Amino acid sequence: MEKVKKKIGSFSFWNWVTASIIFRLILIYFPKNLNLSSRPEVSTPLTSFRRLAEGYWLKQSSMSPYAGSMYHGSPLLLSLLGPLTINRIEGQPNHLLYSLVSVIADVVSAMLIRATGQNLRLAYLRSLESLDLVKQIEVSEFLFSGDIAALIYLCNPFTIVACVGLSTSPIENMAVILCLYGACSRLIPLAAFGWVIATHLSLYPAILIIPVIFLLGCGPDSPPRKLFLQRHQQKEVLNQSKLPPRFSWGPVIHFAFWAFLWSVYVLVLCGISLKQFGGLWEMFKSTYGFILTVEDLSPNIGVLWYFFAEVFEFFRNFFLIVFHVNILFMILPLAIRLRHRPCYLAFVYVAICSMLKSYPSVGDSALYLGLLGWFVNELADMQFSLFLFCGYVGVSLLSPVMHNLWIWRGTGNANFYFATAMVYACLQIVLVVEGVSAMLNHDRKLRNLITGKPQDAKS
Amino acid sequence: MALLRRPLLLLLLIVTHQFLQFRIAFGSVNEEGQKQEEFYEELLLKPLPDRKLLTHFHFQSSAPPSTSNGHHHHLFPKAISQLVLKFQVKEMELSFTQGRWNYESWGGFDPIPSSNAKPPGVELWAVFDAPQHLIDALWKNLTHTLSGLFCASINFLESSTAYSAPEWSFPPASGKLRYGTLPREAVCTENLTPWLKLLPCRDKAGISMLLDRPSIYRGFYHSQRLHLTSTGSGSEGMDPGIILEQTLTVVLQPDSQRASLAHASEKHIQPRWSLSSIFGKRISGRCVLAENSNVYFLLDRGLVAELEHIHKENVLISEKFWTNPSFELSAKPDRIFIEESRLLSKNASVLYKFEIEKYSESEPFDLGLFWKTPVVWLCQQAPLHASRFLMGSGNERGAIAISLKSTQSSEAFMGSNSNDERCELRVDVFQVVPWYVKVYFHSLQVFVDQQPKAVSDIIEKIHVSPSKDKVSPGVMELVLTLPCSVSSAVLTIEFDKGFLHIDEYPPDANQGFDIPSAIVSFPNFHARMVFLENDSLNKSPLLSKFQEKSPVMSYTEVLLVPLTTPDFSMPYNVITITCTVFALYFGSLLNALRRRVAEEERFLKDKAAKKMGRIPLLLTKLFAKLRGRHLEGPQAPPASSSFINSKSVLKVILIAGLAACWQYYFS
Repeated sequence: MEKVKKKIGSFSFWNWVTASIIFRLILIYFPKNLNLSSRPEVSTPLTSFRRLAEGYWLKQSSMSPYAGSMYHGSPLLLSLLGPLTINRIEGQPNHLLYSLVSVIADVVSAMLIRATGQNLRLAYLRSLESLDLVKQIEVSEFLFSGDIAALIYLCNPFTIVACVGLSTSPIENMAVILCLYGACSRLIPLAAFGWVIATHLSLYPAILIIPVIFLLGCGPDSPPRKLFLQRHQQKEVLNQSKLPPRFSWGPVIHFAFWAFLWSVYVLVLCGISLKQFGGLWEMFKSTYGFILTVEDLSPNIGVLWYFFAEVFEFFRNFFLIVFHVNILFMILPLAIRLRHRPCYLAFVYVAICSMLKSYPSVGDSALYLGLLGWFVNELADMQFSLFLFCGYVGVSLLSPVMHNLWIWRGTGNANFYFATAMVYACLQIVLVVEGVSAMLNHDRKLRNLITGKPQDAKS
Repeated sequence: MALLRRPLLLLLLIVTHQFLQFRIAFGSVNEEGQKQEEFYEELLLKPLPDRKLLTHFHFQSSAPPSTSNGHHHHLFPKAISQLVLKFQVKEMELSFTQGRWNYESWGGFDPIPSSNAKPPGVELWAVFDAPQHLIDALWKNLTHTLSGLFCASINFLESSTAYSAPEWSFPPASGKLRYGTLPREAVCTENLTPWLKLLPCRDKAGISMLLDRPSIYRGFYHSQRLHLTSTGSGSEGMDPGIILEQTLTVVLQPDSQRASLAHASEKHIQPRWSLSSIFGKRISGRCVLAENSNVYFLLDRGLVAELEHIHKENVLISEKFWTNPSFELSAKPDRIFIEESRLLSKNASVLYKFEIEKYSESEPFDLGLFWKTPVVWLCQQAPLHASRFLMGSGNERGAIAISLKSTQSSEAFMGSNSNDERCELRVDVFQVVPWYVKVYFHSLQVFVDQQPKAVSDIIEKIHVSPSKDKVSPGVMELVLTLPCSVSSAVLTIEFDKGFLHIDEYPPDANQGFDIPSAIVSFPNFHARMVFLENDSLNKSPLLSKFQEKSPVMSYTEVLLVPLTTPDFSMPYNVITITCTVFALYFGSLLNALRRRVAEEERFLKDKAAKKMGRIPLLLTKLFAKLRGRHLEGPQAPPASSSFINSKSVLKVILIAGLAACWQYYFS
């Protein structure tokens, strides 16, 4: 019975994947009509395709790509994707090759998500087994979270829009997923490569080093050692072989070595491609500096642009510090509470970054929504999920309308659009907070099952 | 003793003599072999095809190179010479303009439009004779000085977002040239008065007497220009010689309402005018300090051709030319100049000269023109007519289009100019865009005769310096080579509109922002008028200016770009609401992380109690006593007190941190 179910499941999985790819390809064929590449939701100053093309043009005319304040991406992206911005095939849409690259990046990310999800599920089942909880929790009802996550990632309208809108976020997302995949399947060089590239492309994934270290040190899903001991104290049998491994520093050092190697490699490549221009310092100034100082005040789905357009000049630096420190402040508490679930920790970090980053786009949301799919089993009893779903749908419908009213028709003003950005930020906050408490409650439930106490986890 | 006394007396004599000589020399600067300071005043009048009249005042003062100890000037304005000395200005041009030169009907090929038609507002460019690293500082100081000197807001050109350093659109200056415009500067009489102050006779005598403010500012176009060139001094101790050229170009509509109403048949006749009817004043004698004081009346090529066509004879240069069948001049010209091109059996313009010297207070000079027959003619146009417009709608993005249309009159000119096969027309385009118009240079497209062309085919040379946000404007210099048979060429370039901080918007933010005029020049075409009888021309700076070979230049329209505005009224709301959301995030997430259910709390307490030895337990009991509370039993609601405690501690820390930051930022 289960086999049949699995077969049907996998069959429809591939169906859905093909459908989503075909849908993308159809959309690619009329990008002019959609004009997605200049939507503020899709193209931020960091991910915009037109800015990439401008950077490439400047470089081709033997000027520094960072001359002027148009391009703020990586020089490697310029050398890899730049030629695709001008290559044309007769009779085909202008940026077909580039779009195909985005589609491939999306599919690869989805496959990596699927593989990681399966990995995670196995690890979860193993840890349940080691706690002898297999009987209490109906494992047979467990969903294939890997498939679900991959499908969420592929069929999410946000992902599709970011892919068809020619932004560079599919590639940034792929780097993040590559990092997590590598860490989950213990391919340390791959994990290091993903982490270095993701950090190089958009700075924020740098904080993923903490979940990656936990992943490498303890494995993808290990129940708290304390819990395990507690369990076996009760039974008064201590099976050393079943004991979850202690934190092992070996892979972490290995990772650090590879990360160092890759970052030197990336920096050398950047240095070579920027040799005749301003060099690496200029690159850091106009990529990381641009991200950290929020220079561009053009509207996006975040809240910082309007805040910094309105805030008094002498408070600007103060608030820049406050907003960036807001991300950093949460790293430690989350790491302490969720250290036994490093993948979930990575998801929370990604979600927080995409909420608080200076130039958020829907591509970032697509990433964390996809990763959320990994935890469908654990987060089954999360609160407000319907409310959140409706909220996301509502905001993604209202936000373009408000943008249109403000920018194109001139009948609304900036506050209308800002209000939707605000609601969107609140929704993400609710998602993160509820997600974290649901996960903590799930752990409580497990502990209660072990200690045999009545369930009062929900409080 | 007498022997001794004599040389002493001689010495004394010599000394006093020398001293006297020095005094005399100092007083009059009139030493032999040394040039004098000179001043010329001239006025050019030219009827325009659309019933208007061009009046062009031209004043030139020059100071010869002098030794550095003599900072005294006779005629030359001291303020200008100090400015040149202090800021090491090699060449500078400042213009204040109101209205737009109508290239289509007022012509674009003559020396007057190509050097005196200026973009609306203020335009300033300067070449410095200083090391490269000092130039920006010099420019900033110069703008402030000029701002004070001319009562205008030229000091806004100080900020690096307002000026640029063109590479080769202007006279090549190897990076020592700075160029800036203020398209929205309102030009009025407070700018004219300081300008007139630089003239030795001000507006009290001579031609400048005509400058009656109400009639000047009633005109369709008004451009007041100040151009100075310093001729480098040969030796070290010498101050540079300076030539200061002040021109005022006004296009006026002669008030001919009554005449045209009276006779319906006279409707097509050009209006009659006289100096007294346009300016309400007459010239009562020359400025005595001027070397030369002339009034010219110019009939341009098209008009001369038309008149000759009507009368089939050379009436204009015959005897009694001033009262010919077509028109009548109220004063007898002293001289006639005919353009050199007449020798080549082409159309040539005719210039009548009136010397003011002959007139006086009792017999003031008043030139009038009375047309007898209707005449229709066209002014000579530049090879291509340049105009510029915006494309797109909405406040997010758009495109700038520069369109070059071939003018009818120039076709014959070009045809005769180059008979060879590969005839090419070179066009230079210089465009400055402010930083908030974020131009995508890769989106540059060229359409020739409505057909898209590869950019590399048409654009021979391109120099781009992209704009940096809040630092520098974008500059684009292009050299286009178009085929001569071109009838229209369009350049389009896309841009995104930037979003500014609320403090950066001007008070009337919804009016929009100006993109300064683009300069379109034709380096293969030279606007010059060479008149015969050269020997007498040397004394007239205006005519020698006409003879200079300067490329034909035209300015495009100023574009008005509306930018999106944030809500100016609610910065506080935005700040408070955003901070609330951030507090919500921080607080609720931290709460979710540190929340424990009651049963866990109890368990932890037990464990803690077990772990603690006797002494710590006693201590805690003691503390509890001291705090006036019983040690909480396991049943007591545990969350509240510890929660409040830690929360208050957190709050205190947060507030202390904020206060520390505050203190740091304010000190």
